[in-house]
Amino acid sequence: MNPIDPQLPPGDPLVMLGLLASAILFAVGIVGFLSRRNMITMFLCTELMFQGAGLAMISYGRQHMDLSGQVFVIFILTVAAAEAALALGLVVLLYRRKETLSAEAWKELAES
Amino acid sequence: MIAAPAMLSSVLALAEGPLDAHAAPELRWAGLALLLPLASSVLCLLCGWLKVRSKLPAALTIAALGGAFATILRLQGTVGETPVVVNLFDWIDLTWGDGSRFHGFTANVDLYIDRLTVFWMLFVTGLGTLIALYASEYMESDVGKGYTRFFGAVSIFLFAMGCLVMGGNLVMLYLGWEGVGLASYLLIGYYFTKPEAVAAAKKAFIVNRIGDLGLALALFLIWQCYGTVEYAALWKAIEAAPASSEWTAQAIPWLLMLGAFGKSAQLPLYVWLPDAMEGPTPVSALIHAATMVTAGVYLIARMFPLFVVNPDALAAVAWVGGLTALLAATIGMAQYDMKRIWAYSTISQLGYMFLGLGVGTTFGASYHVFTHAFFKALLFLTAGAVMHGFAGQLDIRKLSGLLKVPGFRLVSVLAVLGCFWLAAFPFTAAFFSKDEILVSAFTAKDDRVHLLGWIGLLVAALTAYYTFRVCFRVFFGPVKFEPGHELHGHDDHDHAHDAHAHHGEFHPHGPRWAIRVPLVLIAIGAILAGWPSYRTMLHHDESNWVKTQVAQSSAFQGVAAESHGSLDGHAASSHASAHTEDAHADHGHLVLGMDAHTAVGRLGSLACIVGILVSLYVHLINRGTADALRRTLMGTVATRWIVVGAERKWMVDEFYDWVIRLPLRVIANILSAIDELLLDAGIVNGIGALPAAVGRVFRPLYGGVVQGYAVTMAGGVALVAAWVIWIWLRGAN
Repeated sequence: MNPIDPQLPPGDPLVMLGLLASAILFAVGIVGFLSRRNMITMFLCTELMFQGAGLAMISYGRQHMDLSGQVFVIFILTVAAAEAALALGLVVLLYRRKETLSAEAWKELAES
Repeated sequence: MIAAPAMLSSVLALAEGPLDAHAAPELRWAGLALLLPLASSVLCLLCGWLKVRSKLPAALTIAALGGAFATILRLQGTVGETPVVVNLFDWIDLTWGDGSRFHGFTANVDLYIDRLTVFWMLFVTGLGTLIALYASEYMESDVGKGYTRFFGAVSIFLFAMGCLVMGGNLVMLYLGWEGVGLASYLLIGYYFTKPEAVAAAKKAFIVNRIGDLGLALALFLIWQCYGTVEYAALWKAIEAAPASSEWTAQAIPWLLMLGAFGKSAQLPLYVWLPDAMEGPTPVSALIHAATMVTAGVYLIARMFPLFVVNPDALAAVAWVGGLTALLAATIGMAQYDMKRIWAYSTISQLGYMFLGLGVGTTFGASYHVFTHAFFKALLFLTAGAVMHGFAGQLDIRKLSGLLKVPGFRLVSVLAVLGCFWLAAFPFTAAFFSKDEILVSAFTAKDDRVHLLGWIGLLVAALTAYYTFRVCFRVFFGPVKFEPGHELHGHDDHDHAHDAHAHHGEFHPHGPRWAIRVPLVLIAIGAILAGWPSYRTMLHHDESNWVKTQVAQSSAFQGVAAESHGSLDGHAASSHASAHTEDAHADHGHLVLGMDAHTAVGRLGSLACIVGILVSLYVHLINRGTADALRRTLMGTVATRWIVVGAERKWMVDEFYDWVIRLPLRVIANILSAIDELLLDAGIVNGIGALPAAVGRVFRPLYGGVVQGYAVTMAGGVALVAAWVIWIWLRGAN
């Protein structure tokens, strides 16, 4: 431990709850991403994982009594918004091509 | 001995020193003999590009060859006793070191003009012109198709033959040698849609390669031993150091011999010539009977100073020639295709020429080349006229009595005339030239060749038999013929068909003037070829034109030095009637108690007449006898091999197949298997397959399902996380 780095004592309940929530969000996202075939749902799941990661940053920011975690999350939200627009646009284009939202329809890039 | 003063002085001059060639820039016009055929071949190429659909290429070729002939005729009047060297342009002229002997290599485009050159070129260009005229009609069914190609190749042939004969050094001779081989290949394979013609062309080219290897090696060794390849300098070098005992110098005549045997179709390498008859008949007449195949005789005559110093090589030449003559004659007796019979007779007659060279009579050999060129061209061209008229029929069992067929009387008369010449009937030109060779065989100093005189007489009888077998079968007897199925031009089928369909029966068409005129002129040439000997007989005149031509060239250099007795034999033998027997008796060459010349004259006539009489009975008076005899021989096991062997050409082709082609094919297959299995399949394709194999291992990871990729990624992340935690826990402890 770096002695100069001020820290809350371990076991702060807010940090614990935040980390727990972030882990749940990430796990739900990953399970959803792996189990669903609908591209919009899959995209929503990636957003869940994203937010899980963001919440973990905020929690660790509090533990280290540092605001840069929160600043980072603000940036991430901005980028995520732009990226959401882009991703949904892609989904719309893909839907127009095959009249379906299933990711199964897009296997042409397979090696075999 | 009595000898004409001119003759004597020239022989003495030769005995004293080499032929000193001098440069003659004023004779540069002699180059026209090469330039005109070359120009004509280029113009024929142009005609091909411009798609000329007329007889223009033939006209160009005839004009160019006629011009070449005129050039040579004029040269004949100009050339004197000493050879001249005409420099056309400098080509290869290198020196290194101090530039002395063995430190330079010169091979300019020179013409070496002596009487032998002019003599050879006279009949080459003369017959070339006449045969081109003949071909202009013979090939007319191909006008607009192969006509241009045909005459282009004929022009190339005459150009190359000119290089070969007139070239001033061995490099030019070699170029001409290869050039005539190329022209021969192109013309044998003229009907390139016929598989047999293509195979024959390849066979001729490949068999000639073996001989050409010998010639090339001889050329290298000549430079190594004598430091020059130019004739003029070479004769001097040989005279300065005649008989080196080093193996390199000893090998030269043997290698030259190999080259000559390839080109002139002698014993180990003769197999290409009969197959070469697949080419159009004018080609068979010009290249494969009259001119190109005599290049080997020319080579040995020209290089005779190198042979004289090696008696073993000369004896080998004589024996190969004699045995070839015998073998080819026996095969010729049992063939049925007229052109093939003439092809085997060509081989047989070439054998006589080599026999002559081997026993030292370059004069006899050259004389026989000269007489043979005319009568054999005549025989081939008449065979071609028959083939032309009878839709490709050449089988002597299916043609009979042509003397009585309208339109073929002239052709038949000339063919019968040619047969008398080929059979060396007494007092024809061939009789004298053959006589010359056989007398020299009996009187040669070398005891090893005397037997060849008897073999030569036997072959003379066989020749008379098979020649008149064709003659009596085809031209005499009752009129009876069947047209052939295939024509001289493969596109003439319609024509033959028309003849059948419209008239109900086949009507042969007789030749027109462009075939008749050359035939008549060549027949006159064949008669006149004996003129030197007639002159000797009638006027007791010692000088023989052909002998003068040959004597004043390198072909006689060293003959005098080698054996004075043999030279006497030479001079005497051609003028028998002027001599008393004791001239020969002095030298101890008695044949059956007579002097050699009288004996050979009588025995040769006897052999010829016996052969003709047998033929007359078996093939004209009682034609059943031949078949009966064949059946009798076939019926007995002990004699069956004679018939089968002769009819199947003594299995020489099959023998070569087994001994040369089969092992080569086995080796080729083994190498091919190694190439395919080890190199291609193992190394090249193996390396190529490596990345694919690696790819195949990882390919299942890329199934194209997004979730699949996600699982992999999540799994990877989980592993990394687990590893980090593990490290952290260890550190914490």
